[in-house]
Amino acid sequence: MLKCTLSNIDKLFEIVSASMPLYLPTEDKNGAVFKKWQPGTVWSNASNTVKGPKDLFFPQSEDLMAFKTEGKKIEVIDTRTETEDFAVFGVRACDVKSLEILDRVFLTEPRDSYYASRREHGVIISLACNRPTENCFCGTFGIDAAEPMGDVSAWLTDDALYLHANTERGQAFTKLIADLTEACDDSAVSAQKEKNRKVMKRLPLADLEANAFGGSKTEQFFHSPQWEKLSESCLGCGTCTFVCPTCQCYDIRDFKTNNGVVRYRCWDSCMYSEFTKMAHGNNRNSQKERFRQRFMHKLVYFPENNDGIFSCVGCGRCLAKCPISMNIVKVMKALEVDTDD
Amino acid sequence: MQTVTTKSLCERAASLLGEGTVAAVLGWKRGEFDYDLTPAVFTAAEELTEGFIYNDFSGANLSKYLLKKTREIDGKILVFLKPCDTYSFNQLLSEHRFDREKVYAIGIPCSGMADIQKIRKIVGEGITAIEACENSLLVHTLYDDEPISVSCAEVLTERCLNCKSKKHVAYDELIGDEGEVLTSNRFDEVEKIEALSADERFAFWQNELSRCIRCNACRDACPACTCEKCVFDNPNSGVQSKAPGGEFEEKLFHIIRAYHVAGRCTDCGECSRVCPQNIPLHLLNRKFIKDMNETYGEYQAGEYDNQRAPLVNFSLDDPEPSDVVKGGFDRA
Ligand code: SF4
Ligand code: SF4
Ligand code: SF4
Ligand code: SF4
Repeated sequence: MLKCTLSNIDKLFEIVSASMPLYLPTEDKNGAVFKKWQPGTVWSNASNTVKGPKDLFFPQSEDLMAFKTEGKKIEVIDTRTETEDFAVFGVRACDVKSLEILDRVFLTEPRDSYYASRREHGVIISLACNRPTENCFCGTFGIDAAEPMGDVSAWLTDDALYLHANTERGQAFTKLIADLTEACDDSAVSAQKEKNRKVMKRLPLADLEANAFGGSKTEQFFHSPQWEKLSESCLGCGTCTFVCPTCQCYDIRDFKTNNGVVRYRCWDSCMYSEFTKMAHGNNRNSQKERFRQRFMHKLVYFPENNDGIFSCVGCGRCLAKCPISMNIVKVMKALEVDTDD
Repeated sequence: MQTVTTKSLCERAASLLGEGTVAAVLGWKRGEFDYDLTPAVFTAAEELTEGFIYNDFSGANLSKYLLKKTREIDGKILVFLKPCDTYSFNQLLSEHRFDREKVYAIGIPCSGMADIQKIRKIVGEGITAIEACENSLLVHTLYDDEPISVSCAEVLTERCLNCKSKKHVAYDELIGDEGEVLTSNRFDEVEKIEALSADERFAFWQNELSRCIRCNACRDACPACTCEKCVFDNPNSGVQSKAPGGEFEEKLFHIIRAYHVAGRCTDCGECSRVCPQNIPLHLLNRKFIKDMNETYGEYQAGEYDNQRAPLVNFSLDDPEPSDVVKGGFDRA
């Protein structure tokens, strides 16, 4: 265990930034967002950021390649930029877990080389949650907010930041900041973990369980009459998918320029009417079907194909951001009522 | 705190359902917490007792849901409308967007809606309960032993801070006291932006719109945005955009939308309320409203249910285009 006193925290950011871009939560008009550290940037310990660290690995829109045409000649231009090492500080336990979920999607064959290369270049410094919000329910999915993973795990007490490297990349990171840290025993961190776990137990959603869901439950939930009610006022805005750290759907499109084409990909949302439109049209024609897809994917289809792992990490963002306050917790509770019958 | 109770509205709705006057009730449904209400349709008295709620977080304007619900549901729908919601209701009627015969509208008073984000800014995270008192809210949190009292005025939503009317302009029945049209300061912020230089104005919007994630919630919630298929969703339109496609496209989307709702926007405030990125969209709409007022005379969209908006109307004393200079109406 390493200790860095809080008075040195800006120095720490400065040292890291000197060798690679460092992204950390900082207050924006709309709450905490991950931004690149610059002298003067004030780190925010808010729980949690408006959007997760997903954008840093899988940006909302990115150019994949470009084509330049000259007469009959087509030149393919490499537009890739994701080759730089970078660090992300202050990633919460739920969000660290969300990256493992994205890994399952993007790093299995066919491997997504854009995502993969960002993952290879990024070092993740997590941070335990001292003040979770009322919307947090990571515990439902077996995540311990007091024990965040990542390349380096970090804990915050009143006066110090404690760090522990979990991987080689993490060790390289702690070496970078060796001058600012000193070795110490685990006692302060253990005490902090105790405190955090006590808070977790008092969270309003602490009792929510996911046991009723999982792979092989398609039949049971697909035809539930609850979907009609649950989705009746959904705007189909896709905010829930955009703020979700585990939502991973995208579209690939061509943007025509004067003398060529830029091929880019951008996040898509199962909540949208044009999502996965095929030659014959759409396979989900009502908002009810689209809405059902999102939650079935998280709670049933994903675990079905991924060793029982749910693709929700309980970060609470869809609770905080849905304009009509419909969300996965309400869905789970309503569907569970169904199973009781 | 609201002046009419959930109970009284519930009872009235249940009796209208019971006697068969209406087949369904459009209202707000209780959530996990005291502030996360969802627009919902109720079809039985028990459903109402269990879920219906009207409180300081019943911000959602239910009028747009009538488009879909009047087509789906047989029989009349009871809808509860706050004063500002009635303007959207009328505007939709002006545009013949739903069948008035299929709706039973009950106007209810509103003493202003609270913004949960403003409350969070004051009390911090971990809100577990919110009790409404006369002029304040008692907020219980995970981290404070005693509830924190915040004044309602301090946490009003933006649109309620600039409430244009406490008067209902459409209803079949009124519950509670009727209010009056108010003189608001809603153009103050617009004037501040007008006073900026062109570059500063550009920078202001650049910064605000840079947060846009193109969820289109602003459009989806907007009672003036009722196209069956929005061009921005239509793959055949050539301008379909699923992602923030760079600074230029973002501005284009918002400007096009503002133009499209100009004269039809009642300033209901839904767009700014639902924006997950806290973009002050109302400023764009209010700029249009202000310019139209100054150019064509005072006009309030949704005041009546059969109006012609200034931009689709013509009168002999309309100003000549030459009167309107680049960058807005020349006030000199
Ligand atoms: S559930 Fe909420 S956030 Fe998601 S699409 Fe529907 S209205 Fe938008
Ligand atoms: S579904 Fe909601 S709570 Fe779950 S990970 Fe996504 S945003 Fe977070
Ligand atoms: S609601 Fe906000 S973030 Fe979403 S498209 Fe509109 S302005 Fe952009
Ligand atoms: S543009 Fe905004 S304020 Fe105007 S009617 Fe639409 S939602 Fe309401």
